[in-house]
Amino acid sequence: MTARWKDIEAKVEAGERLSAEDGLLLCDTAATPLLEVGRLANIVRERLWGDDTFFNQNQHINYTNVCNRLCAFCAFQRLPGGGDIESMSPEVVADRVRGCLGQEVTELHMVAGIEQALPYEYYLDILRAAKSVRPSVHIKGFTMVEIDQIHGLSGKSMEACLEDLKEAGLDSCPGGGAEIFAERVHRAIFPLKIGADRWLECARAVHLAGLRSNCTMLYGHVETAHERVDHLMRLRELQDETGGFQTFIPLRFHPDNTVMDWIEMPTAADDLREIAVARLMLDNIPHIKAYWIMLGQGTAQTAQSFGADDVDGTVVEEKIYHDAGATTPQAVTRDDLERMIREAGRVPVLRDTLYTRLEPAGVGA
Amino acid sequence: MPGFGDIAPPSQGRLSAAEALRLGVDAPLLELGARADARRRELHPGGVVTYIVDRNVNPTNVCITDCDFCSFYARPEDEARAYVQSTDEVLARVGACVEAGGVQILMQGGHHPRLRLDWYEELLRAIKDAYPGVWLHALSPPEIHHIAKLEKRPVGHVLDRLIEAGLGSVPGGGAEILVDRVRRVISRKKLSSDEWLDVMRQAHLRGLSGSATMMFGHVETAEERVEHLEKLRALQDETGGFTAFACWTLQPTHEMADLPRRTHAFYLRWNAISRLMLDNIPSIQASFVTQGIGVAQISLSMGVNDMGGGMMEENVVSAAGTSELVDLAELERHVLAAGFLPRRRDTHYKVIDERPLEPSDAERAVMERRPADAERVPGPKAVAELLKSQHPLEAAAGA
Repeated sequence: MTARWKDIEAKVEAGERLSAEDGLLLCDTAATPLLEVGRLANIVRERLWGDDTFFNQNQHINYTNVCNRLCAFCAFQRLPGGGDIESMSPEVVADRVRGCLGQEVTELHMVAGIEQALPYEYYLDILRAAKSVRPSVHIKGFTMVEIDQIHGLSGKSMEACLEDLKEAGLDSCPGGGAEIFAERVHRAIFPLKIGADRWLECARAVHLAGLRSNCTMLYGHVETAHERVDHLMRLRELQDETGGFQTFIPLRFHPDNTVMDWIEMPTAADDLREIAVARLMLDNIPHIKAYWIMLGQGTAQTAQSFGADDVDGTVVEEKIYHDAGATTPQAVTRDDLERMIREAGRVPVLRDTLYTRLEPAGVGA
Repeated sequence: MPGFGDIAPPSQGRLSAAEALRLGVDAPLLELGARADARRRELHPGGVVTYIVDRNVNPTNVCITDCDFCSFYARPEDEARAYVQSTDEVLARVGACVEAGGVQILMQGGHHPRLRLDWYEELLRAIKDAYPGVWLHALSPPEIHHIAKLEKRPVGHVLDRLIEAGLGSVPGGGAEILVDRVRRVISRKKLSSDEWLDVMRQAHLRGLSGSATMMFGHVETAEERVEHLEKLRALQDETGGFTAFACWTLQPTHEMADLPRRTHAFYLRWNAISRLMLDNIPSIQASFVTQGIGVAQISLSMGVNDMGGGMMEENVVSAAGTSELVDLAELERHVLAAGFLPRRRDTHYKVIDERPLEPSDAERAVMERRPADAERVPGPKAVAELLKSQHPLEAAAGA
């Protein structure tokens, strides 16, 4: 191992912050074997969370698939006025929530496309509709892309808009829509959607409004290692300022049914490296999630030894990744998740959205 | 956390059963993986991961052993499902394999109550006559044992005649777990542990190489898994005839459909233990057909040096509803992304690939994770066009 690597190792062991240059070395597949990066990430992970692996019980509501942002990597979007549209009225949202009342769901994950025809009130109404059916549920809704759209519709200041959303029932925000912050990538694959500055500005506002949020990065397409590290650095910077991010979720690009279908999907080795690099670089973000819907249960499980401490939840009705060719099931039982976590040598911990432990570790099936 | 520093790496001494058990049950996955990786790098320092282009041929599914874990077989009286392939059918399959660059036929099948030694001899001869260059990796120990019973002749005699007919090496199927307590539960009518080992011993003594396997994650204990590996290691000390070992977890089906499917971490863990325990067997194969290409890829960093067969056809685990076949390009891409150079081999693990042992530029691009060309990504207009073609308005009218 080189002196540079020894230096990184020493920093990790001492709990010191890694530089962007360190991050690039961690991304260098020729210079750093996967297992070594994983070993370092695991040190940080176990320092923070010991053997605990978090999961929750959640329901996904993709309230509309209509979108006008035309991102090149997306298979979920449908054209306004086109075929195969599913847009949920507040009543339908309420019905979906009602449909899961028999299941132990503590979180609604609500994300969707940008449907230009939807008015400001609609967003408040779907929050209210969901809460009216299940008052105790935590609504983790609206990525920064949607927050930007909703704010634009509100005719109000961002602060006032977020107050409205909170009052209607919004409890926190998911982390999607960040993709890759580098402007070169923005222009190439999602030019009609908000870029880095606005995404980070919205996240800052959300945090200042007292809401927690997550953050993501879409990897495995046209981005360079340099751009991935830059992305992580910008998230780390904002987190230093606000402390509002709970969890980082690296998102693997799924090429099927997109105009980028000629790109080969990242492999499990890439997935594990992204998890590990994120754990090492994002020293101020508490959790790293291996999203099983996207990675498959096997890789999400193995990721628990490579820096991840969360697998997401039982999930009901995932659509976005399945439209892009994901072959994972659309939901799993709690028993399945717990067994997978135990066989990873970890202790399953049922959490709510804000990482409150719902049961003492180790209790349950 | 308990330490494992007292357990020496295999290069400094043999792993005892007690040590293997302790590591297998308690060691963190990455610690285990790193130990197995170090061992693998000692044995295979070149950075090449091999695979063989071969084809599974299963000439009959008729079987009288009724193993609980098998969905492939048909009882002889089950006329709807039972089949025996004609020589012509088998030859067509072998021909397609050779055409596709295949060098080996992996032939295994059920224990048919009426197919005798002469039937197998004729089949092997017919293949060898038509395709002299193809290697016959055929008839696992239970099948050879079964034929010997039908013939009322010793196993050695059967082997001698099969060798005459063209048998090249013996696949390691049917080992499951080589502990009779386990065999009595899951495969009562099949040969015992000692009988399995004895068929392999006799094959090795006749100069045939063979592979070894383990099917685990069902009714066996961790101790029994270690005992299985110990028995393989002891036979290998004696004969040196095993070229490779492969393991896979039970694919829950048939009489064992209610058992939980064991997870990737469990597979990686015992795969790594196998690499450490089987210090005298040169190669460890991934089983991507049963475990999936992703976990097979990760296993390359935890003790595995071979991807097994890039099989053109697989019927046995497919019958259990599990088949993770991928094309060769996809197999090679996963090997490259794991940092290794994929090259084709023959049955004896000799690289027979015509490509150099240095990565090409295209291979290097995958190894280095070079980004896709941003210039090739079409703009929003093209996205809209694609959406129009994928989701035409007419389709919505009926919905």
